[in-house]
Amino acid sequence: MLVTVRLFARLRELAGASEIAREVPEGATAHALWTDLAREFPGFAGYERSISCAVNEEYAPLATVLQPGDDVAFLPPVSGG
Amino acid sequence: MTDPAGPAFLVTAARLDTAAVAAAVAHPGCGAVATFVGLVRDSNLGRRVLWLEYEAYAPLAERTFEGIAEEAAARWASARLAIHHRTGRLEIGEASVAIAAASPHRAEAFAACRYAIERVKQIAPIWKHEHVEGGDVWIEGATADPADAAARNLAFERACS
Repeated sequence: MLVTVRLFARLRELAGASEIAREVPEGATAHALWTDLAREFPGFAGYERSISCAVNEEYAPLATVLQPGDDVAFLPPVSGG
Repeated sequence: MTDPAGPAFLVTAARLDTAAVAAAVAHPGCGAVATFVGLVRDSNLGRRVLWLEYEAYAPLAERTFEGIAEEAAARWASARLAIHHRTGRLEIGEASVAIAAASPHRAEAFAACRYAIERVKQIAPIWKHEHVEGGDVWIEGATADPADAAARNLAFERACS
């Protein structure tokens, strides 16, 4: 099934894209998707323990099971203000 | 007719209007409006800052601001909050964030305002890209987790100190 990945800040730069369409197996979690991306973009590995995730514009645990068409954002540590 | 008060929670590339942020929370029962304005500073960690670029996940950031206001209202029942954050390139001295807290009395207004800026820094999906002499660096602070009770309590303690 197809999901959309959104990347921000340094993750966006490392991947060279702010939005990526991605095929994932049924039942895949956000974390499995992250692991898959980290294999493709080596710079992601350092973020394994510090990313946050949002699914369909709401913060969501990495254990969230994805649905077809989900919009999945991976967020590096934040620095607003 | 458009709402003269304007939006309470906003991510915008336009210059922040601090009067509009205060107007978004003022109401006849409030005797106090506390405001906080964060500005771009010319140095950070010993580096000379030339300008900053802010990136945001805008829809989630605006929802997060609304959630912060709900948290504050749960602590200070009479407090109303507005939070505006800017994105894009900001020069030294420009406002990056503006917060207003309205309440019948000043103590709750000050506390809610301080709580809001602490929570923005902890959980708003916004990133600062610092352009310094000789290069640039993404600033990475807290792992954003709105459900983290320890972070929430830390913000509350700072608000009440």
